[in-house]
Amino acid sequence: MATPPALLVLEHELLLYRRVWRGSIVSSFLNPVLFLAAMGVGLGSYVSQHAGTAGASTGGTAAALGGVSYLVFIAPGLLASTAMQAAAGESTFPIIGGIVWDRTFLGMLTTPIRVHDVLLGKIAYICLRLTLVCSVFFVVMLLFGATHGPQAILAVPAAVLTGLAFTTPIVAYSATQKDATGFNALFRFGVIPLFLFSGTFFPIAQLPGLLQALALATPLWHGVDLCRTLALGTADAPGVLIHVTYLGAIAAGGLLLAERAFRRRLEL
Amino acid sequence: MLETPTAPLLRARGLTKRFGGITAVDAIDFDVAPGESFGFLGPNGAGKTSAMRMIACVSPVSGGELSVLGMDPRVDGPRIRARLGVVPQQDTLDMELTVSENLSIYGRYFDLPRNLIRERVADLLDFVQLTERARDQVESLSGGMKRRLTIARSLINEPDLLLLDEPTTGLDPQARHLLWDRLYRLKQKGVTLVLTTHYMDEAEQLCDRLVVMDKARIVAEGSPRQLIEQHSSREVLEMRFPVGVQDSLDGALDGLGERVERLPDRVLVYADDGDVAAIAAHERGLRPEMSLVRRSSLEDVFLRLTGRSLVD
Repeated sequence: MATPPALLVLEHELLLYRRVWRGSIVSSFLNPVLFLAAMGVGLGSYVSQHAGTAGASTGGTAAALGGVSYLVFIAPGLLASTAMQAAAGESTFPIIGGIVWDRTFLGMLTTPIRVHDVLLGKIAYICLRLTLVCSVFFVVMLLFGATHGPQAILAVPAAVLTGLAFTTPIVAYSATQKDATGFNALFRFGVIPLFLFSGTFFPIAQLPGLLQALALATPLWHGVDLCRTLALGTADAPGVLIHVTYLGAIAAGGLLLAERAFRRRLEL
Repeated sequence: MLETPTAPLLRARGLTKRFGGITAVDAIDFDVAPGESFGFLGPNGAGKTSAMRMIACVSPVSGGELSVLGMDPRVDGPRIRARLGVVPQQDTLDMELTVSENLSIYGRYFDLPRNLIRERVADLLDFVQLTERARDQVESLSGGMKRRLTIARSLINEPDLLLLDEPTTGLDPQARHLLWDRLYRLKQKGVTLVLTTHYMDEAEQLCDRLVVMDKARIVAEGSPRQLIEQHSSREVLEMRFPVGVQDSLDGALDGLGERVERLPDRVLVYADDGDVAAIAAHERGLRPEMSLVRRSSLEDVFLRLTGRSLVD
């Protein structure tokens, strides 16, 4: 009846989370409230006016957005982006902390727990965090009336998968770092550009050709498109399959890299 | 699994650790019997910690044989670690958790049932005198308290073998003596201790037997007393001369004792009778600023064996 060691690592993470859960839930709630209010409602009303005037002759903005309001358009995109950002946050500082700062991973490794278990436990915890963040986000979407039918709930697991596709490669990267300086570059040149140009705020069809191809290759675009098509009820099986496979493959590849990085760092 | 009473708890033959091109532990042999306290003595960088980490089954063996509790770390790492207690050189405590949470989560890593953990946490807090701090966050503890907590943590699974890597380095004398007392009690209870240190007083207090390591190799082995008998004289005369005088003493020191060692700040004369040597020095007209006669210590053994002082 032995408990799988990865679950014991997860138990440790939950013990830590118990200290901060209130603040964490409040910020998981406030973040989408602010974004949906500013971008969805504020900017959205301006976009809709514009669509009303220009749209009549050209088919314009409303058509480009798939015939829904800007709020409904960006909400699932923001959901996917939020999952990415939460994943990046959980996969950077806490990892280097466990290896370099508090060295809690080293403490675990003097017990029957193995390197592999530490990694799996940590990723399991991040999955739970992502599920929580995305679920709270979805509740806020409901409150804003930013959903389009009950199938929209499917965007939640899609967003968790998106987050996971960022988690494992970033964990692998973090496990190779000596301090936190590399994280600045990761956020500045990775997370933020993806957030801005992967279809969260506008359809990537608006991008020039080359950038469009680039955007198509990014995991966030796949996550955004998966969440959006599921939320709007426009998803088709091949599209979902491509997105899920792509994101799943990145998550799995990242896990292999993370395992290798963990071993190199912790099995000296 | 059957173990004969004389079977060593630890057995190493040609044990080697390499990091890239550097050999940190170079083919060392040792055995540790159940109930024994065994020490690795040596300066920083001698390879003590690397040896300890292999014994703790957290660092893969690069060469040679190692058996811990009768098992092979290569295949039985988790099973061995389930029966070890480890006090690493640097604390790995959870700064964000409380003192008692640190102990209980560590017990969970061994998959111990929660009610058993609760009992042991209370006993261990008492043992290391931290009961009053049980609900405090670890960050607020002093260095000595953190070290005591790490020792308590290493005992949560009632280990058969306790590994301590420089248990008291960096602590003030009071904290060290309290720790030594706790370790001595464990030894009395029959727990096998393996420790590394670069303090000879620590080795003398705690170790039944020790090996002296220098540059990745074992250069001597025995009880503290045996080592002193074999590698040093009974007594030592220490003399400190005014600045500049020591360098001009060529020849004046020869033959004062069995052996003369010149350190940067003083001269050590090894002799069976230190007072006789002191009188002889006086008769030769030597006028040290300070002179004292003391018993030989492991520091002298170390100096003899390596030509260097321990805390380099």
